[in-house]
Amino acid sequence: MAALLSLQAVSKRYGAVQANAGIDLVVDPGSIHAILGENGAGKSTLMKLIYGVETPDAGAILWKGKPVTLSSPAEARALGIGMVFQHFSLFETLSVVQNIALIVPGRKADLARRIRALGAEFGLEVDPEAMVHALSVGERQRVEIIRSLLLNPELLILDEPTSVLPPQSVAKLFDTLRALQARGMAILFISHKLEEIKELCDTATILRGGQVTGRLDPRGHSAKDLATLMIGRAMPPPLPATQLAVGEVRLELNNLTYRNDDPFGVSLADISLRVHSGEIVGIAGISGNGQQELAALISGEVVQAGDMIRLMGQPVGAVGVAARRKMGFAFVPEERLGRGAVPEMSLADNALLTAHGAGLVQSGFIRRTPERAYTAACIARYDVRTPGPEAEAGALSGGNLQKFIMGREMMLDPKLLLASQPTWGVDIGAATDIRQRLVAMRNAGAAILVISEELEELFQICDRLHVLHKGHLSPSLPTAQTNAEEVGTYMIGAGKSPEVTA
Amino acid sequence: MRISFIRRERASRVAMLLAPIAAFACAIVASVILFTLLGKAPGQALYSLLLEPFLTWYNFSEVLLKMAPLLLIAQGLAIGFRANVFNIGAEGQLIIGAIAASALPVWYPQGDSAFMLPAMLLMGAGAGMAWAGIAALFRTRFNANEILVTLMLSLIAAQVLNYLLLGPWKDPHGFNFPQSVMFPDAALLPILLPGTRVNISLLFALLASVLAYILMRHRFAGFQLLVGGLAPRAARYAGFSESRAIWVSLLLGGLAAGLAGASEVAGPLGQLQRSVSTGYGYSAIIVAYLGGLNPWGIVISAFVMSVIYIGGDNAMVSADLPIAAVWVFQGLLLCFYLAGLTFIRHKVSFIRKAKP
Amino acid sequence: MNAVDFILAGMLAAATPMLLAALGEMVVERSGVLNLGLEGIMALGAALGFITTYTYNSHAMGFLVAALGGAALSLLFALIVLGFVANQVAAGLAIGILGTGLSSLFGKSFESLTISGLPKLPLPLLSDLPVIGTLFSQDIVVWLTLCLALVIWGVMNHSKLGLIIRAVGENPHAARAIGFRVLRVRCAAIAFGGALAGIAGAYASTVYTPLWADGMIAGRGWIALALVVFGTWQTGRVVFGAFLFGALSLGELTTQAAGVNVPSQLLACVPYIVTILMLAVISSNRRRMRLNTIASLGQPFEK
Repeated sequence: MAALLSLQAVSKRYGAVQANAGIDLVVDPGSIHAILGENGAGKSTLMKLIYGVETPDAGAILWKGKPVTLSSPAEARALGIGMVFQHFSLFETLSVVQNIALIVPGRKADLARRIRALGAEFGLEVDPEAMVHALSVGERQRVEIIRSLLLNPELLILDEPTSVLPPQSVAKLFDTLRALQARGMAILFISHKLEEIKELCDTATILRGGQVTGRLDPRGHSAKDLATLMIGRAMPPPLPATQLAVGEVRLELNNLTYRNDDPFGVSLADISLRVHSGEIVGIAGISGNGQQELAALISGEVVQAGDMIRLMGQPVGAVGVAARRKMGFAFVPEERLGRGAVPEMSLADNALLTAHGAGLVQSGFIRRTPERAYTAACIARYDVRTPGPEAEAGALSGGNLQKFIMGREMMLDPKLLLASQPTWGVDIGAATDIRQRLVAMRNAGAAILVISEELEELFQICDRLHVLHKGHLSPSLPTAQTNAEEVGTYMIGAGKSPEVTA
Repeated sequence: MRISFIRRERASRVAMLLAPIAAFACAIVASVILFTLLGKAPGQALYSLLLEPFLTWYNFSEVLLKMAPLLLIAQGLAIGFRANVFNIGAEGQLIIGAIAASALPVWYPQGDSAFMLPAMLLMGAGAGMAWAGIAALFRTRFNANEILVTLMLSLIAAQVLNYLLLGPWKDPHGFNFPQSVMFPDAALLPILLPGTRVNISLLFALLASVLAYILMRHRFAGFQLLVGGLAPRAARYAGFSESRAIWVSLLLGGLAAGLAGASEVAGPLGQLQRSVSTGYGYSAIIVAYLGGLNPWGIVISAFVMSVIYIGGDNAMVSADLPIAAVWVFQGLLLCFYLAGLTFIRHKVSFIRKAKP
Repeated sequence: MNAVDFILAGMLAAATPMLLAALGEMVVERSGVLNLGLEGIMALGAALGFITTYTYNSHAMGFLVAALGGAALSLLFALIVLGFVANQVAAGLAIGILGTGLSSLFGKSFESLTISGLPKLPLPLLSDLPVIGTLFSQDIVVWLTLCLALVIWGVMNHSKLGLIIRAVGENPHAARAIGFRVLRVRCAAIAFGGALAGIAGAYASTVYTPLWADGMIAGRGWIALALVVFGTWQTGRVVFGAFLFGALSLGELTTQAAGVNVPSQLLACVPYIVTILMLAVISSNRRRMRLNTIASLGQPFEK
């Protein structure tokens, strides 16, 4: 049987980064083929080459045995390749059917009918007339999948599709994918989650540092074997879970209700939460359910009048970011570039961004020597790989910059730390390091609130969990007494409470 | 083969210095082509434009005279531009500053108080700030785009100037020319270089440059403005107030432009006339950008732009070039410079398409 | 002729230069690009249009050359902001200054010459109506501009091309990921907007006030930019705003004609003041702005 798709020694370089180096890949018809690798291994780049978004610097792509040059996604689609992007390629101000009409030919009414039919057949129900900005993340993924399926592809690429789904929906997605496979479609399934790949895929190609490190049948190998190929060594052991006696309340949300003016945003309803000194509390949930709004309300980027939020026992209804930081609050935001750090500025100036209160400014003048010393200390203590304090933040890798931002905030010795998606897009080594430091900080008596999409991460480091869904918060779930299943129920809103009306 | 830009790891200092020089060279080449097409003698035009300003002490002193308002305004504007607050209405702030400063000598044409001049300068600076402050108010309070508001305010200011000069402030003995009475000596700025028209407003401009340098390089307040310009969300995250950045940027820009307007009427003009507005407010935008929005760079670009101004005046006579040629040259210069800026953060790469 | 007749008869023609420029700019902005050089492009179009019409005695030639000139200058803008990824605000100002300079350079020897405008084409029946009849007696360009507005509305809201432009303006990275050439779409939009701005200028100098005078665009390019915001990037509202301004600019003349004793310079400020006020009214509704504003407007796009 001829391979459907094969790549021969394909390479791609972005500036100084060799994203893909001499990659060979063979996808058979009707196979569910996993591309496994951690963040930064080159998976997404490889998919962009196959889908024609980027062109390779070297190497050949063969489709059904014939060499092809893909200079645009339209050509890839014409061959029979479809793609579902991790961060979606949908447009919020357009309706579902308009989004689909962008690449699928046909009359609007026709398309709407076909969308409904396909949705019913594969369990991908979505309203064709709905505006995309009003859809949940899971619904948006369905739109992306439907858009690809309407072109009858022979190969469907899915880039980290499960990262935006609660556990229950993952099972449903897998059913859909198996149904597609049964019709003879081949699927390229990109993931860094070992168990999923073992469950779903019949072949796996493993990438590390832009190169192929293994090809195997994942069903016949242990998760440990896969991990070793993926990160080049054994998975780091889980953190020891020790409970501490908790101290005073550092963060208190009392029936926090927030009506969002942004029509594309989420409103919050009746959120109550306490974080004490000496504990890590996690907020689980698929992002886009109010996480950004909650973080902004706690950090003071959005100020809500009234007495619904208290930091260190003080109401903060009238004060913004600067005053809250003076009270001992620190924050690691989910976006590193452009929010947590200014890409065009040096690390030293980026330290000044939030650490100016630590003696870096005197009577309005910037003190360059302490600024450098603070930065150098942060680089050394938090193992940031960089030429030095003068390096621009934008030149650092995601993991290194995250360690720098984390270090900058932790060195302020905050009483309360809010960390939003602390390990998004970070490689496993750096992620483990960051988690260990959070636990160490808790052990030293800090109160920590972690907002994360990664359930595993929350179970590893948190003492208690809440789940955020459509602006509602679940009751507190002690990590030791709950499981992924229960959390998952809250993630799809099955827990309870009516929806917030916008 | 395909040409594309690759992002550099860090900004190239060489490109930073080369960009304005290369832009200048390209603008000269383009203008020569254009002037030739228009049937003007390009050699004579260039000679007048770029060399004549240096050939006599008088011409050179006129360059310094022009440089004062351009430098002063550009320093004020550059602060805002770095904070992403685009005040493009410096022309109007200059006019309003000139009008406010003229009020005293127009009302007291025989005045000889020593406080007259300082009061005029204060009124000019204050009025410029107030005029720009309207835009700040509309932006912070109503979210109205400051580019359009400052520009509209400039158009309004020009009409107010016309109204005053044709109506209430017209010199009754001025043969019906649209200009005010001549100011008394007490309303005039002292001359800095004897034998020329260069007055102490050049010192204001140089002082403004030093202050701008200190603000943007050494003051935490300047750092906050920079962050707001480069990454607004980072500024919000760090708790740097956006509305404060808008107010500071616009007020400083208005102050500088208003002071420049006052210095014009109290300096070379000696009265309020229409020619107080000859586009300094717009040229200063170009000066600010060509100087890389850097206080020292702006000193150099203000000097260069003044040379072109004086050269343009010469070329009008000697090469029969309309003064609009100066605008064309300035526009070309900024176009080329903006294109050249790309090379600071990018390098060119020639990619041969991979063979299938 | 009373004031109402006067305004009804003239407001469409007075609105046309602003409307043409604003319609073009609206398309440009919906693709994600802010072209602040509109005033200069209109000035260039006005000069070229007048020179050509005067020389060849043909309005059609005048409009054609003005459109080409406007498109050419805006393509220079496109090269700078798309090719060289420059700051769009600064580049727009540079193009504005360049266009204004070029217009007075070219127009120098045509200063104060005059040509004849275009005849009125009254719509049958409608133009015989009492009171509002004069509204329906306009020159061909006015009628074509209104047709163009209808076409642009149709394309932006009901065609694939419109969807592509909107997609590129909202999220250029996603648009590229599914295979649209962001820079090509934007470049085409910029050229289209430039051509319309050129025609807008030519209308002002060859039809509305058929003469060339330096500085004759007098802020209309900037008002057109404000109209796009006022119309929240929706064709119908932009058209409405342009008519409002057309009527307003005639108000100045009628007030004088009525013998009201307000200095003309101060009356000339009214459109500018109204522009500021209406920007404030529209922009202060943040929710509405967020729903309509173009997400990537003014931001450079790099792969």
